[in-house]
Amino acid sequence: MKAAVSLIVVLALVVLAYLGTGLGQAGFIFGIVLPYLALAVFLVGFVSRVLGWARSPVPFRIPTTCGQQKSLRWIKHDRLENPFTAWQVIGRMLLEVLFFRSLFRNTRMEMHQGKMTHGPSKWLWLGAIVFHYSMLVVLLRHLRLFTEPVPFFVGWIEAADGFLQIGVPVLYLTSLGLLAGLGYLLLRRLFIAQVRYISLLNDYFPLWLLLGIGSTGFLLRHFVKTDLVSIKSLTLGLISFSPQLPEGVHWLFYAHLLLVCTLFAYFPFSKLMHLGGVFLSPTRNLASNNRAVRHVNPWDYPVKVHTYEEYEDDFRDKMVAAGIPVEKQPQPAAAAEKE
Amino acid sequence: MAKATFDQMEYYDPQQIAAVSHRPPAGGWMDTPVEFRPGTWIYPGKAKHLEYLGLPNPRDWAVTDEDWKLPDNWKEIVLKGIRERLDKYRSFKVFMDVCVRCGACADKCHFFIGGGDPKNMPVLRAELLRSVYRNDFTTAGKILGRLAGGRKLTIDVIKEWFYYFFQCTECRRCSVFCPYGIDTAEITMMARELLGLLGIYVNWVIEPVANCFRTGNHLGIQPHGLKDTLEFFAEDIEEATGVKVDIPLNKKGADILFVTPSGDFLADPGTFTCMGYMLLFHELGLNYTWSTYASEGGNFGLFTSAETIKRLNAKLYAEAKRLGVKWILGGECGHMWRVVHQYMDTVNGPADFLEVPRSPITGTVFENARSTKVVHIAEFTADLIKHGKLKLDPSRNDHIRVTFHDSCNPARAMGLFEEPRYILRHVCNNFYEMPENTIREQTFCCGGGAGLGTDENMEMRLRGGMPRGMAVRHVQEKYDVNQLCAICAIDRATLVTVCDFWAPGVKVTGLHELVANAMVFEGENERKLNLRLEPVDELREEAGNA
Repeated sequence: MKAAVSLIVVLALVVLAYLGTGLGQAGFIFGIVLPYLALAVFLVGFVSRVLGWARSPVPFRIPTTCGQQKSLRWIKHDRLENPFTAWQVIGRMLLEVLFFRSLFRNTRMEMHQGKMTHGPSKWLWLGAIVFHYSMLVVLLRHLRLFTEPVPFFVGWIEAADGFLQIGVPVLYLTSLGLLAGLGYLLLRRLFIAQVRYISLLNDYFPLWLLLGIGSTGFLLRHFVKTDLVSIKSLTLGLISFSPQLPEGVHWLFYAHLLLVCTLFAYFPFSKLMHLGGVFLSPTRNLASNNRAVRHVNPWDYPVKVHTYEEYEDDFRDKMVAAGIPVEKQPQPAAAAEKE
Repeated sequence: MAKATFDQMEYYDPQQIAAVSHRPPAGGWMDTPVEFRPGTWIYPGKAKHLEYLGLPNPRDWAVTDEDWKLPDNWKEIVLKGIRERLDKYRSFKVFMDVCVRCGACADKCHFFIGGGDPKNMPVLRAELLRSVYRNDFTTAGKILGRLAGGRKLTIDVIKEWFYYFFQCTECRRCSVFCPYGIDTAEITMMARELLGLLGIYVNWVIEPVANCFRTGNHLGIQPHGLKDTLEFFAEDIEEATGVKVDIPLNKKGADILFVTPSGDFLADPGTFTCMGYMLLFHELGLNYTWSTYASEGGNFGLFTSAETIKRLNAKLYAEAKRLGVKWILGGECGHMWRVVHQYMDTVNGPADFLEVPRSPITGTVFENARSTKVVHIAEFTADLIKHGKLKLDPSRNDHIRVTFHDSCNPARAMGLFEEPRYILRHVCNNFYEMPENTIREQTFCCGGGAGLGTDENMEMRLRGGMPRGMAVRHVQEKYDVNQLCAICAIDRATLVTVCDFWAPGVKVTGLHELVANAMVFEGENERKLNLRLEPVDELREEAGNA
């Protein structure tokens, strides 16, 4: 149901682009107004979201330690899984951000004839890696549309990505990787009962949206073969703030662009912000050197405690009777009264 | 024999519990109200404890009551509480925003594994709170409500929070696997603080807190009682070893203040570990002291609120200062070490009146504790063994085939893995690890941490203990393991039940019980009895026959 609703929303966006630019003459809105708007929302939204997180302090240093602590000299310290210094933290974060270290640890609980196992399970990690890196390469390849002259490395990336030399224009591996990765992430959400149970509309929507972007992009490159020169005149115009609307661009390009604009505008309000959040996670980005270096809580305040004096007042007689040393001897007057 | 009741282990059948289904129900989780089944929840905090601590809305009530007697403006209190915590904790804010619901955490939680309730998947436990956050604190949620995953805050939501945030042991296993390091313990702590604003606590937590505030320890042992207890231990020690240990109590001018969880004073087998410490310190001739005022290493404040952590923890430094010791040595405890390692210096430091800890026996300076000035007993003892300062005869433990349970907090909040293992290998000849995905940072909780280890919660304890219990059974079947060693007082209390249920025949022990049983003392007797006063010969024979 949630999956269907979000698919319908994405399809409606495609239809909207067709109505606007295939049938109608709203190229100005779809090609110029919306991209600027979406980019503005993205930038302002992203930055203010990250600043919003950064505004909240980190009162306690709470890393999750996943390896041996640094203690005695002769015990091997696990620098990356239990970092003690800033450099070690950077190492841990690089592993996390570049290689999805924690997800790589994933296991799967299974019961066989009353026995429980927790074997390794790498599919989610693989799907996530394939999708994210494909996405990155696809984005870098798109630099060709936004730069003149095109930076040297874009050519290298394209050459590597298309090394199989299949088809004209050549088929990029990451085009397939992007769709395959997204497809896997969508299928597991639909077919693994537990994952389906926890999924919200906002989990399906970005998947359909990205699938829509990927497949319209794929169609534009390999089937519709829209005029690259006019598209590049549009994109270069956009980034040099002198936008011009070229003639003869296929409506499917505007559908692609509308989905991209939707993604950008949606991004800061969604879980996609994990892109920024992963860097700010206090269980990962802090050194576990708490006992060696004091961490200060900026909002620390005094609290009501039960002081030793109050404690001794409560128990002095019993302490004295038991021969436990006290600071203040019992009042002789009180003792006399008792007698 | 009387029929067992829901708060007794015998009431439950391991096969039936192991047949748990993990298939989620048909209806959506937002529309499934909580069902309070006996054996799965904990009695509420009594009014007198809340009053003593000055906590809001003290009253006596029952979980099964329709009316929980909340303040009229309960909703406003909770929403304001969320706002405040979002502004005070980056962790909370980020964790509310970045979850992608990938589900990697689901089968990492011992309560979900053993219970199958989808709301015990860490992701969904967090969503219980996150849905309210989205509804009232995010733009999308305010406009789209349920479409954006938002949910209105109602009394039923509060009841659901109570149920599920007291079905989380704050063990942090899920946070090891989360690609963004989302820590359910942190979310549970926030939720429990929010419930606390309405006066909703569980008695198993808040009574120890009140006790600790007044008497210095969770169990409410008064100073003379503690002295009696330690003297009683000294008698048993003498019977077992022939060694007469002294009991320095509130001693000014000692070098070291020793603090351990009070569970070690009261309940077997923790008591034997306590005797182990006493023997070790005696043999070393350590100038140390116990304190009746700071007689609790644990800190149930961790299961209550950040403020309560600070209120209870303050005693440790205050007492160290009053007695004029140089540094603090901490005993075998789990959550105590989360507090000592990650909170103590921040909430009650800097401890500039103490010295950087240095072992008076080996001269080793514990640089890793140079600011907090608290050393873990496993660090201390491992260093002693490394320097050859202990005379050990591990064959004295040859009837023991032991496995080691990493306690959640020393594992995932410290990374104390090798120190206890090093000690264990030197005091036992037969040490076997449980399967690798159930130890070290991936260790499974005992099912009774974070204040859940009470008998009325028996079903959840047994379910939550299932993954650990099954791993114990595995080494029991494969290697004839007959003892499980744990460096946590809650483990030593609750794993006894878990082992009896899931791996009957496996006994629970502490590390320093094994150390003391293997130690050769100056002037000892023939050592025919161990610290449990069991005849060692008979145990050997039994083990030989097994």
